[in-house]
Amino acid sequence: MSTTMTEQQGQQASFGGVQARSDATINAPRIAIRNLDFYYGSNRALKGVNLDLPDRQVTGMIGPSGCGKSTLLRVLNRMYDLYPGQRATGEAMMDGENIIAPDMDLNALRARVGMVFQKPTPFPMTVYDNIAFGVKLHERLSKSAMDERVEWSLTRAALWEEAKDRLNTSAMGLSGGQQQRLCIARTIAVRPEVILLDEPTSALDPISTLKIEELIDELKHEFTIVIVTHNMQQAARCADQVAFFYIGEMVEVAPAVQMFTAPKERRTQEYITGRFG
Amino acid sequence: MSASTTTAAAHPGPAKDQAVARALGRRRHRSNRIVEALCVVATVIGLLLLASILFTLLWRGAAGLSLTVFTNTTKPPGSNGGLFNAIVGTLIQTGIGTLIGTPIGLMVGTYLAEYGHSSWLADSVRFVSDVLLSAPSILIGLFVYQLVVNPFGGFSGIAGSLALAVLVIPIVVRTTEDMLQLIPLELREAAVALGSPKWTVIVLICYRAAKDGIVTGILLAIARIAGETAPLLFTSLGNSSEIGSLTRPMASLPVTIYQYAGSAFDDWVQLAWVGALLITVGVLALNIFARYALRARS
Repeated sequence: MSTTMTEQQGQQASFGGVQARSDATINAPRIAIRNLDFYYGSNRALKGVNLDLPDRQVTGMIGPSGCGKSTLLRVLNRMYDLYPGQRATGEAMMDGENIIAPDMDLNALRARVGMVFQKPTPFPMTVYDNIAFGVKLHERLSKSAMDERVEWSLTRAALWEEAKDRLNTSAMGLSGGQQQRLCIARTIAVRPEVILLDEPTSALDPISTLKIEELIDELKHEFTIVIVTHNMQQAARCADQVAFFYIGEMVEVAPAVQMFTAPKERRTQEYITGRFG
Repeated sequence: MSASTTTAAAHPGPAKDQAVARALGRRRHRSNRIVEALCVVATVIGLLLLASILFTLLWRGAAGLSLTVFTNTTKPPGSNGGLFNAIVGTLIQTGIGTLIGTPIGLMVGTYLAEYGHSSWLADSVRFVSDVLLSAPSILIGLFVYQLVVNPFGGFSGIAGSLALAVLVIPIVVRTTEDMLQLIPLELREAAVALGSPKWTVIVLICYRAAKDGIVTGILLAIARIAGETAPLLFTSLGNSSEIGSLTRPMASLPVTIYQYAGSAFDDWVQLAWVGALLITVGVLALNIFARYALRARS
């Protein structure tokens, strides 16, 4: 018992003084996941997952590699539909609609549930066109309205100051951190309700990482955010609610402060104190 | 004591003999030099051959270059003929061949890379296309002869263009498929994640990302067909009286070279050298443009 206490304190200290958010109120769910199973062919990668994603808050998903957290993220915008042999069963309810229903309009869904990937993926076009690309898929805007939208989204993504003079230059010339913020800008330009972030900072340097984390703090006032991360400090800094996954199961979900100070499950405890993973 | 056992376990077998190691090292050094020398000799032989071809061509071709080559049409021996009709014919047939072959090749390549993947149909198309890529071009000429020349009553510029188009298709198919497959999955997923339907992803993202490679493939296809002789022998044949009529036989540089180079008349042989020079310079320029101009831009 006393060893566990010491370890927990040690763990908190190793977070570098960063405290998990203390406001433990969790909002009503934007997406409610019930009995969700996922299969890669015959391999069951998610096993009966139940999880609520609170509205305009950040849910952090942690767990060792291959535990299914990225798989779950790719269910929420139906990315898995690109690959034959991958399928999901169960429920992921958003506004009374089941996301994984076969008759779901995928392009409309993806306009509502945006995604940012691990590696920055700027399109081979100008900064401006990168943002206009997604908007044009769903809306008809005048030139001036589009200009406004581009500025709005770049500002939200904390990139406007750096990018405003190079809107018409290729996005491939931006630095890695800028490219990732451009990808975030591109995603929010479509004005989604939910933003999925799949290890968005694992390819970035610490300063770019910090900027993205600050950005997440800003964005959650408007968007429901789900972030997959291997970095527990990041989960502690960003998330309101943290879910721990292990071999396809959602082991435990709790407000961040509770997750990192008093996890209920032994496996969670062992993972966040670094015994495996 | 325990330290020595660990060392023994890490390096099993007898101790290293320094003399043997040095001898082996010398031997490897020697074989290395021999192989290197052989490679250099082979390269020099190849380059010398190539240089002598280019030099002879430049020497003999430049000797016959004059304005009349570009203004006069092919004429009987001794009457100051030129290559005007052959140049025009090659430009027309190469141009139409490329215009017909490129969109087909582009779409087939797109089907293979984006839709067919490794389905039964895609695998068959891929196989046929690769066979076509290395098929002797005279077969293409005979094929178009049977398909177009025979039924429609004679040799024509359009038949020549079609034969060249058949040669363009497999080249463009291969480069388009290869270039599209090089596009990272993340880029496609990123476009899909914004709610793009598949065709938008292909046309607006993938083509754009693969543009330089695809254009290079098209330019190389043009360079290839500009010098083709065999497919034109059975299709457009040659014509020294009319210029630019697609339904009539049409002259071309390679066929003119073929006819003139073996002739007994000195001025015809001279024109053949000039024609060869023109084609070579043109193809060389296209190749250099394809390789360097596009690469420098990207």
